[in-house]
Amino acid sequence: MNDRLSAQYWLHEKELTAYSSDAVRDRRRRAMELFEAKGFPSQRDEDWKYSSLKPVLSPHYALNSPCAALEDEHLEYADIKRFLVNELDAYRVVFLNGRYTSWLSDTTHQGFDVCTLSSAWKKYPETIERYFAQLTEDLGPLAQLNTALAWDGIYVVVPDNVVVDRPIQLLSFTSGSEPRAIQVRNLVVLGVNSQVEIIERHQSLSDQPTWTNSVDEAYLAEGAQLRWVKLQHDGPLASMTQHTRIQQDRSSRSQVHTISTGGRFIRNNLDIVLNGPGAEARMLGLTLGKGKQLVDHHTLVDHRAPNCISHENYKGIYDEGSKGVFNGRIYVHREAQKTDAYQQNANLVLHKTAEVNAKPQLEIFADDVRCSHGCTVGQLDEDALFYLRARGIREPEARAMLMLAFAEDALAGIDHPSLNAKLHKLIAGKLGVDLTLDL
Amino acid sequence: MLEIRELYASIGEKEILRGVNLTVKPGEVHAIMGPNGSGKSTLSSVIAGREEYQVTSGDVLWDGKSILELAPEERAHLGLFLGFQYPVEIPGVSVSNFVKTALNAVRAARGEEALDASSMLKKMREALQLLEMDKGFLSRSLNEGFSGGEKKRNEIFQMAMLEPRLAILDETDSGLDIDALRIVAQGVNGLRSAKASFVVITHYQRLLDYIIPDVVHVLLNGRIVKVGDKSLAYALEERGYDWIKKEVE
Repeated sequence: MNDRLSAQYWLHEKELTAYSSDAVRDRRRRAMELFEAKGFPSQRDEDWKYSSLKPVLSPHYALNSPCAALEDEHLEYADIKRFLVNELDAYRVVFLNGRYTSWLSDTTHQGFDVCTLSSAWKKYPETIERYFAQLTEDLGPLAQLNTALAWDGIYVVVPDNVVVDRPIQLLSFTSGSEPRAIQVRNLVVLGVNSQVEIIERHQSLSDQPTWTNSVDEAYLAEGAQLRWVKLQHDGPLASMTQHTRIQQDRSSRSQVHTISTGGRFIRNNLDIVLNGPGAEARMLGLTLGKGKQLVDHHTLVDHRAPNCISHENYKGIYDEGSKGVFNGRIYVHREAQKTDAYQQNANLVLHKTAEVNAKPQLEIFADDVRCSHGCTVGQLDEDALFYLRARGIREPEARAMLMLAFAEDALAGIDHPSLNAKLHKLIAGKLGVDLTLDL
Repeated sequence: MLEIRELYASIGEKEILRGVNLTVKPGEVHAIMGPNGSGKSTLSSVIAGREEYQVTSGDVLWDGKSILELAPEERAHLGLFLGFQYPVEIPGVSVSNFVKTALNAVRAARGEEALDASSMLKKMREALQLLEMDKGFLSRSLNEGFSGGEKKRNEIFQMAMLEPRLAILDETDSGLDIDALRIVAQGVNGLRSAKASFVVITHYQRLLDYIIPDVVHVLLNGRIVKVGDKSLAYALEERGYDWIKKEVE
């Protein structure tokens, strides 16, 4: 697999860098060389101790040119309709097998750019050179692989003082009769006091194994606000590895929801770098695992400036056979006085074959800070269950009600009623109840 | 409507109920009194279907049919209600949604349609009024941060909403001040009818000043050892349980 990916790069480097400066090409090369030197992480790596990439890497993926469309690709609106938040008036950027599908998309360049990276290579080479792969140099081999091979994803650049009027729905589909491995690369650059909201979903439409390796880079200038909902509700043969890195200047705010309810293997790395004083980050996660699912969350909050706030709340519910990992690292530099960092990770383990490995990691080098963390692993409260049932609520609904109540605060801050309703529906479906419970 | 015959029940190795007999007819109010550890709460849990308890012999009949094989929710669908001694706190579930879900679950099980929003609201308002409760109460998380009195009023509020045929109130009076006690009793009395029956489990005669029982039973060591009218409750209040223990021996 390593050699095939390496060959894929060297074979297509020319296409991949056709519109790029030498500097950008060198970044890609360096990334590929790093990947070649290191290879895929194994369970001997501390960061991958509980998650084996073997099942992700074992299928024989079709590795074509990352830049050219495939012949068997086609997608109609009817194919994707059910994956959209239809009631939501949004910009829409749709990809199929890692390539932009313009006829299903609704992008804009008026006042700000909501478009694709594949068009930006040619159209905005200076912006690309300034921002592409500048946050990801030190990341692991998967991110390096992405830097080398990435061709498409969303490109969102918002000038100072502009509020993007509608949320952006990013939809990335995989399809076809062969196993597919794709790279998705998203670049978000927010000017001073600008605002944007992204709703991201990856979905396999085929009955073949798929693997999406995605990297996000987001730059928030002073006072900028970014909200990002990542919905991971993919099919049982789909794997996802993702590294998101957000760098925040003074008084900027980010809020990232990671809702992981489907897929075979999910590995999320979410890094927030708080570079300017008074920046705030909220990171929320909800994981529902069942069957052979593995969901691995690695988060990092890097407090580099004073008076920043980070608030992290990850909830997990793990049923039969599933496995979860939560590794939450908070690093407070010596300069980052008056840091307020909070981390909470609570898990319900519903079956004896389910497993959670949770590890908070706080490294604090400033003396005047408020840092707290909590981590729990438990079962559904039998007393509460009996209480609900004694009132006439059937056991499956009673269980679902308690689980939804447990999960609810990880969905806090999602303000669109239609998105909220959609998420609740997906969650209820995953919990196996048809319920119209609004809690 | 409820008939308990020679009921034996245990938790783990420990036998707690040792042959309880009790018959409740429609419209009757029964009081079960007894000292700590006599099996009062076990009896209510077994009737409501709590799975930790094993019934080793005897039966519990509802309209002549055994309910021992039924799940707790199926017993609730028949019209059984248990007012908990220690209502459970459930953060994230509001009182109104809980009650709405419960009432509609019971209605669905009986083949009735879900109550529409305005009828539901009207019903809730009436129940709140009966219990002198503020409507802000509805949007609070179920029992979370409630005072002892609020929790017990919430139980009676749920009872008023569900309109059971038989309500077992397990030490609903414990931890209540005199005003809360009066309000809770008012709630119960407001629901008394020719069809609704009550089993009031209590330590003290105090509650029975407000909810006048037709029959008073004394539970001791897992058996009902004495049955009388409300004067028995006064005798217990005055003289304690020792004289009965002696009588039994």
